[in-house]
Amino acid sequence: MNLPYYPGCTLKANARHFEDSAQKALAKLDCELEEMKDWVCCGTVFSMTTDDLMLQLASIRNLLRAENQGLKEIIVLCSMCYNTLKRSQDFITRDQENLDKVNKFMYMENLKYSGSIEIYHLLTILKDRITYDKIKEKVKTPLKKLKVGAFYGCLLVRPEEFAIDDFESPTIIENLLDVLGAESIDFPYKLECCGAYQTLTKQEVSIKRSYEILKSAHNSGCEAIITSCPLCAYNLDFLQKRIEEDFVEFVKLPVFYFTELMALALGEKWSGEWSKLHHVDPEQLLRDKHLI
Amino acid sequence: MLIKVNARNIRNDLVKKIEDISGQNVFDCYQCGNCSSGCPVVDYMDISPNQVLRLSQYGEIDEILNSETIWICSTCLQCSSRCPKGIDVAKIMEAFRTVNLRKGVGVVNPSQLDTTDAKQLPPILLVCAMRKMTG
Amino acid sequence: MKKIGVFICHCGVNIKDTVDVEYLTEKLADYKGVEHIENYMFMCSDPGQNLVKEAIQENKLDGVVIAACSPTLHESTFQNAIEEIGINKYQLEIANIREQCSWVHTSREEATRKAELIIKTAIEKLRLNQSLEPVTAPLTKRVLVIGGGIAGIQAALDIADGGYEVVLVEKKPSIGGHMIQLSETFPTLDCSQCILTPKMVQVGKHKNIKLYVNSQVAAVDGFAGNFTVTINRKAQYVDPDKCTLCGDCTDSCPVVTPCEYDEGLAWRRAIYVPFPQAIPATFTIDTENCLGFEPIACGECKKACEPGAINYDAKPQTFEEKIGAIIVATGYDLYPVENMAEYGYGKYPDVLNGLQFERILSATGPTGGEMLRPSDGKVPKEIVFVQCSGSRDPERHLSHCSRICCMYTLKHAKLYKHKVPDGQPYIFYIDIRSGGKRYDEFIQQAVSEDGVVYIRGKVAKIYQEGDKMIVHGMDTLTGKKMEICADMVVLAQGIVPSEGVHELVKTLKLGVDDVGFLIEAHPKLRPLESLQSGFYIAGAAQGPKDIPDTVSQASGAAAKILALFSHDEIYHEPIIAIVDEDKCSGCGICIGTCPYGARVLENGVAMVNDILCEGCGACISACPSGAAQQKNLTDQQINSMIKVILG
Repeated sequence: MNLPYYPGCTLKANARHFEDSAQKALAKLDCELEEMKDWVCCGTVFSMTTDDLMLQLASIRNLLRAENQGLKEIIVLCSMCYNTLKRSQDFITRDQENLDKVNKFMYMENLKYSGSIEIYHLLTILKDRITYDKIKEKVKTPLKKLKVGAFYGCLLVRPEEFAIDDFESPTIIENLLDVLGAESIDFPYKLECCGAYQTLTKQEVSIKRSYEILKSAHNSGCEAIITSCPLCAYNLDFLQKRIEEDFVEFVKLPVFYFTELMALALGEKWSGEWSKLHHVDPEQLLRDKHLI
Repeated sequence: MLIKVNARNIRNDLVKKIEDISGQNVFDCYQCGNCSSGCPVVDYMDISPNQVLRLSQYGEIDEILNSETIWICSTCLQCSSRCPKGIDVAKIMEAFRTVNLRKGVGVVNPSQLDTTDAKQLPPILLVCAMRKMTG
Repeated sequence: MKKIGVFICHCGVNIKDTVDVEYLTEKLADYKGVEHIENYMFMCSDPGQNLVKEAIQENKLDGVVIAACSPTLHESTFQNAIEEIGINKYQLEIANIREQCSWVHTSREEATRKAELIIKTAIEKLRLNQSLEPVTAPLTKRVLVIGGGIAGIQAALDIADGGYEVVLVEKKPSIGGHMIQLSETFPTLDCSQCILTPKMVQVGKHKNIKLYVNSQVAAVDGFAGNFTVTINRKAQYVDPDKCTLCGDCTDSCPVVTPCEYDEGLAWRRAIYVPFPQAIPATFTIDTENCLGFEPIACGECKKACEPGAINYDAKPQTFEEKIGAIIVATGYDLYPVENMAEYGYGKYPDVLNGLQFERILSATGPTGGEMLRPSDGKVPKEIVFVQCSGSRDPERHLSHCSRICCMYTLKHAKLYKHKVPDGQPYIFYIDIRSGGKRYDEFIQQAVSEDGVVYIRGKVAKIYQEGDKMIVHGMDTLTGKKMEICADMVVLAQGIVPSEGVHELVKTLKLGVDDVGFLIEAHPKLRPLESLQSGFYIAGAAQGPKDIPDTVSQASGAAAKILALFSHDEIYHEPIIAIVDEDKCSGCGICIGTCPYGARVLENGVAMVNDILCEGCGACISACPSGAAQQKNLTDQQINSMIKVILG
């Protein structure tokens, strides 16, 4: 199955292992992520002003180019890209006038955008199109009941109309983890904000938030957590060394992208390149569990 | 502190601007506090989200524009998703930031950033922070 | 030619300021048929009415037009006035020059011109009005009360004591409603069961009350004063006359199922008595959970029953009752905790709703009145009460305020403190609604003396950590976020209409609002009657309310019916349809058009049932030959009114 794919900037940089593990995992499921051409940064944040169309352009440009390449849909891995693209799409297509204005402004693009692109997160595709039954069939090295907490963060479940599952009690990632042979742990802070962009200017906010999330995960019995957002991954992973300094009793937890564990369960070998991009060492845990 | 409330101040032009940019009616709020209650970073704010709505109802926009609150907000959308009156509180926060940003007032100055971890910083973080907070 | 009198009211300044009443008095004096015309400040007052009566007598008038406010307000005032001096009350027309003219226009010139036209049309209509007599029908002086909670019980007793027969239908195995589940009631802290059971016993014994339990109303035919009600009763496997409440059957029953009376916190058997003071005092078999009798899978209860009260061959029965008036008192239920996403969707055992907490407080409850929490039986030392759970939330849940939660939550906190003196109750609220008699004093005393802590703000999230429930809320008064590690949480869930009310109102053809509460005829002045003739409403079925208001409503509805029964006939407005048999072709279109079932074909001619016809006019517009006309609103009258308007 061919999946038209929008990577977003971070998946080509700090989160290369997210993309790599996704490609390898999907290959085991007879699928392939085919990257669309001429994509640009989606802009990361959806501008919530109702009177400014300029701030929507970055993300709409991608959808326009996708449409012009003959695509009907794009699959996204990064939660933030997913959220931004989806909400921009909705905002622009709700009002024909907005769509026309945006098209007029982007006159340098070859064709106009008609608003037809569907945007999906890979998790939805795994559930609805590839199906858990197929994934279960293909699991070669089940994850030996590795206790994993699914951290959704903000942007997969809010706003409610764009959520990939129930916005207060989602289970889509837990269902996937269970199929892969892990033991999914529901922990209370799985929908809480990690601090997001505050890391840059007010790092103590993100440190505290990440600490609360990781503490909650640990207290609920998690041995690791997974995420789908490179910003969450950065905050939760990289900041652990800062958290350690501030909170003495803190226990470190490896942070995985869900595709890394998926690849592992489907029989792919763990790559040392992936470990290099982690901050908290993931290999010790995987070795202890005889997964590598 | 004292607020001198009068007919001219309530629903003044600044309030209308905030309502325009956000598309929300600040008078829908009945001060239940659910937004503040669910806000992950309210501990760091000087004015809590429900107080932002309350001050807006009095027309005291400048106080909010000059607060730390609007920049601490991490746009996690918990407030909007839980408001019983359906107010998109996150959009109102964005509107306050926008009024400042359009005047060139922001809290991130790229040239003054701490670059110790620069190599590690993912692009997503830099773009996010710049878009949200540079004036 | 009819001699018509015209009286124009100033209504103080309401009409006079916009409509030039002096000008109209002069102008219309010359209008065809107007024998007498005058204007006055307040026509509806006694002097005003006397003016009308005097003018009629002096000028020998045949009919009057009163140009004033809406007929819904004073039409009957003036009708009664002219009847007193012998004029038929249908020789009166109201020209509404207030709500439809002076109150909605600003230009004096245009408003006056419009008022002139309105009055002229009234004169034209009156010209052709016939004198009519109200339609009468016999009245069955028996009442049906649907619902056996406190509202139904009170209404039934009032009517029965008034000397008339009451049929009381309750769908559960016993009457008592939700009030019988309560521990104590605010603000007096009376034991709920102690004040209710005497009434329940009275109902069970009253010679004028026929009680059907395990029953539902299947159909209502007929019309006000003459209903035929069909009641379906579930099979009575246990004969109430033989059952001695010994309890041997329940001890032998192998099936265990959650108990409704204890709101799922305790267990009962498939053969059970809902609670000790049940009326009727008998056991009953829950066929959904019983292992079954076709074939007999178990049969233990029958073996154990010494008086031989159990009969597996019993069948459901249908009864027909002749009824004159119906009171709907179906009560309320709580908005489900399963809908509360932020509070755990009902999955936490220590997050309860108000009725569950009542059962824990109650001496006859699952913990014998001890304050113990469901999960592990420990005594909760920190307890959080959340008000407005589901209520006042138009975005996600119910938009209305449930009215009683502020009071019962405080009652809960007080009773909790009595049982756990070293415990700490917290109540999260947005506003406090304590408008009843001595309600606010009840609350203030609890805060000053009983140590109840109120926190103004909503609770955003509740989750479990270890054996504690973590509650995240807000105190908007200090601007600080609150976190409480509670042992137990009680949610004041919103009040919604009783389950099954939507199906019932279809059977009864009653109106409900968007939530499902019954609609009253007028929210301020007629809160006890439905717009459907013959139906009365009482209690929480009409809207959330406390026990004093429920009892008042029930007695009020009963009083209205007793007033109705003081006559021997039921009266009906005569402004109804008639058929000119010569013009009727027997096409039958009117039969299907009539929403009240008032039209039938007899010998090829359409007939009107005078009592059922409500004068809606649908058949008249549908009739292709013009044979159907409305009394005092004939096509001829309408045409002459239109001619006036078009000039």
